[in-house]
Amino acid sequence: MGRRDLFFWTLIGVGAFALVSGLLSSSRTNSAAHFDGKAYEAPDFVAIVGRVDASFRRDWTAGHVAAAPRADDLLVARRLALGLMGTIPSLEEIRSFESLPRDGRLSWWIERILHDLRFTDNFAERFARAFVGTEEGPFIFYRRRRFVAWLAEQFAANRPYDAMVRDLIASEGLWTDKPAVNFLSVTVQADNNNQPDPIRLAGRTARAFLGLRLDCAQCHNHPYAEWKQSDFQGLAAFFGQTHLGFTGIYDGSGEYRVKARGSDEMREVAPRVPFAAELLPEDGSRRRRLAAWITEANNPYFARAAVNRVWALLFGRPLVEPVDNLETDGPIPPVLDLLADDFAAHGFDVRHLVRVIASTEVFRLDSAADHPLHETEEKAWAVFPLARLRPDQVVGGIQQAASVAALNAESHLFFRLIRHGQRHDFVQRYGDTGEDEFDGRGGTIPQRLLMMNGDLLREKINDSPLNAGRQISWMAADDAQAVEAAYLTVLTRRPTPEESRYFLRFLAESKLNRAQCFEDIFWTLLNATEFSWNH
Amino acid sequence: MEPLSDICHANRRQFLHRAGLCGAAWLTPLAHLLARAAEGEKRRKPAQSILVLWLQGGPSQLETFDPHPNTDIAAGTVAIPTAVKNVQFAAGLERTAEEMPSLALIRSMVSKEGDHERGVYTMKTGFRPDPTILHPSIGAVCCHELPEAGVDIPRHVSILPAQWPSRGGFLGDGYDAFKTGDPAQNVSDTHSRASRERDEQRLKHLEVVENAFARGRAGRIETTGHRETMERARRMMTSEQLKAFEVAREPLALRRAYGDTPFGRGCLAARRLVEVGVRCVEVTLDGWDTHVNNHALQRKLVDILDPALSALIRDLRERDLLQRTLVVVAGEFGRTPKMNAVGGRDHWPNGFSVALAGGGIRGGRVVGETDPEGKQKPSEPVTVGDLHATLLQAVGIDSNKIHRAPIGRTVRFSEGKPLADLLE
Repeated sequence: MGRRDLFFWTLIGVGAFALVSGLLSSSRTNSAAHFDGKAYEAPDFVAIVGRVDASFRRDWTAGHVAAAPRADDLLVARRLALGLMGTIPSLEEIRSFESLPRDGRLSWWIERILHDLRFTDNFAERFARAFVGTEEGPFIFYRRRRFVAWLAEQFAANRPYDAMVRDLIASEGLWTDKPAVNFLSVTVQADNNNQPDPIRLAGRTARAFLGLRLDCAQCHNHPYAEWKQSDFQGLAAFFGQTHLGFTGIYDGSGEYRVKARGSDEMREVAPRVPFAAELLPEDGSRRRRLAAWITEANNPYFARAAVNRVWALLFGRPLVEPVDNLETDGPIPPVLDLLADDFAAHGFDVRHLVRVIASTEVFRLDSAADHPLHETEEKAWAVFPLARLRPDQVVGGIQQAASVAALNAESHLFFRLIRHGQRHDFVQRYGDTGEDEFDGRGGTIPQRLLMMNGDLLREKINDSPLNAGRQISWMAADDAQAVEAAYLTVLTRRPTPEESRYFLRFLAESKLNRAQCFEDIFWTLLNATEFSWNH
Repeated sequence: MEPLSDICHANRRQFLHRAGLCGAAWLTPLAHLLARAAEGEKRRKPAQSILVLWLQGGPSQLETFDPHPNTDIAAGTVAIPTAVKNVQFAAGLERTAEEMPSLALIRSMVSKEGDHERGVYTMKTGFRPDPTILHPSIGAVCCHELPEAGVDIPRHVSILPAQWPSRGGFLGDGYDAFKTGDPAQNVSDTHSRASRERDEQRLKHLEVVENAFARGRAGRIETTGHRETMERARRMMTSEQLKAFEVAREPLALRRAYGDTPFGRGCLAARRLVEVGVRCVEVTLDGWDTHVNNHALQRKLVDILDPALSALIRDLRERDLLQRTLVVVAGEFGRTPKMNAVGGRDHWPNGFSVALAGGGIRGGRVVGETDPEGKQKPSEPVTVGDLHATLLQAVGIDSNKIHRAPIGRTVRFSEGKPLADLLE
């Protein structure tokens, strides 16, 4: 018995030590000291932001649209956290933010986020959805997690976007060893002799990298745009020599064939790009040539598609809807071209693009105004759009709202694992949005039930020393400060005077104990429209 | 148990009454049909609800509805007679065999998807995965096309959901199935964790926060639909109809007949849900992916399926519900006729079985035959599109109806032809 006891207590002891050392060791640096704001003062940076602002202002004047006022800095900080990291700012981060001089603190916040692993992980997952979707794919030939991890590495290193895309299209090798080839191997299917599918690849390539839904022309000529079925087939033919073997994806021989119209005979299709053929290089493997053509700085669609997606991630709504179709009926907004040209001119630097968009006037407008707001204002970006948060943002927000400190890569592995499990369960029940993340869908009844009565929320608001509710109610000097801290923690804003008065009276008069009161306040804030929507 | 059927009748009457009051302008053609049927006309009533018993993982046709006794591919599996002459099931389905006069079998299902995720999508929606559009599952289509009929609880329910429960696709997340577990437990997330008094006070708090957010956003905040959805969720939490999930209210003998398993209870709950007007219930029995040790593993699941399926059909019939309920028993594909080296069967989308029963379906019929040697293609192959066209027809939805999906593209709800042989 003695030995087993000893073993048990040793185990507990080691566990406790690991936990505590992990908890205490995380040295939280205030990166305010390291902030370098030069990028935001460069003349060409100021110029492009100015051109975007001027373009919107011209639209507003011409359309007699009155824009909303500038939003509070904290609200903008919340948008940045949700858009770039998929979570809300922690109370700790809010305090650091507010300790900085007003001028430039949003730039400080953007920089801090851009160097946070939560940003790279979030962008990796978002772009992975555009590149390979959410499906599990063929079990043997596809490793989605490796693919997402590879994307995260690229974003962390701030690899130019065009280089990333060239790797996706033209890499050779094994999916485990060269993660980029998972872009190709996800289309491998048993009924296709375990070979990549040129049709799916062509469709995906056009939508993800060019923002063109050429795959609709797969079956018929496009009703609105000028695309023909032959355009699609020509694009697919670039993947006609892509094979899968013992060494993974490789370029071999062969021709892409389709059924000739009106007969069962197969005819060969030669690779051909649907436009700007002069940009297509003569030499190299077919995929290399295609990759070079797509990412060529003069290909008008490549930069536009990327800008539209990053804009959508920041605003919750793309500049041109839907996000992967730049050829809908309406004209292309001039701002898209301004930003696309700037993105190409800056070597497809994703962080630069984020900085520019996040520094524009429209990104910093309020979502409310004293004058009535209609669809006209929404369409003209004269008011910040209301966008429903994705499930991962909601669960990220709930988890963060339950903690005073930021839940980042610095938190202990043990807690990160628990959080990961919670996220998975929550998203499963909430309903994942899948690939199309910006389609403006409304919420559902099961989602509201999950928020009102679900396990995660209960765990996160109940009276536990690990939860923000308890910590705030203990540490705040008085009720007013505690209510304010609760609002900052969950909604990233201070209560209005009415709200403050209401909850102070509730705290003073309620028969519930203090812990229960805060449980109820947290429940309320987490169930509000304001929490579940980006605004 | 009478109260439930009462609610149901009352609802239909209410619905028809309301329909009369509002004028017929908003009525779909199907609602017309229902209305006339209710007036006692002797027309065929289409089914009003659909129950999908979803066998996830890919059940073996040879160990369920399509045995080939004494052949190489049977690998020892024994067949039993059913109540219909010349139709045999695999041993283990003795009770279901007695219900064969109510069942229609498709033994020649062919699909193009041999991967679980893609196969599930295809069988549940009737379409192969398409990167440009997300198709709704059959249950979502029924909820979209058939009238609401005064149901406070979700009209699309998935009991014991596996990895890919039914979704609304381009119809919207509002048509996703409501997911809940073993009916022995409370329905997920429908009970407040706080006392009633506290719960009501929380709603008052919420009012204060909502009002603050609404300032300066008048007109915009309604577009979120947040508060309306919240109110509907609250209505559901207090609805009497939630009792439909409580199988413990059923007599012990009946519960035993369905089997003392989560799946059996799920099927019983499904019947109760149909009674209150729920349009589609999916009950999942997971674990059919028997790449190893096929016979023993399939048999274990068949032993769960047999009592549940047979009791469900009998129960529906005895309550006069079978005529207005379409029952579908299916998985994403079948299993290879040839056994592999470890006594398993692998994925096989080229000739597998689906069983149908109830509203609009002629019982006792069999469509298609598979090759006893497992080499040739099945006779009279039925595509997944054909299956879905048949299901839609059985619930009175025009399978050719053209729907306008987002991005302005038009799509049909099904791309096949209904199987006239199986439809009444």
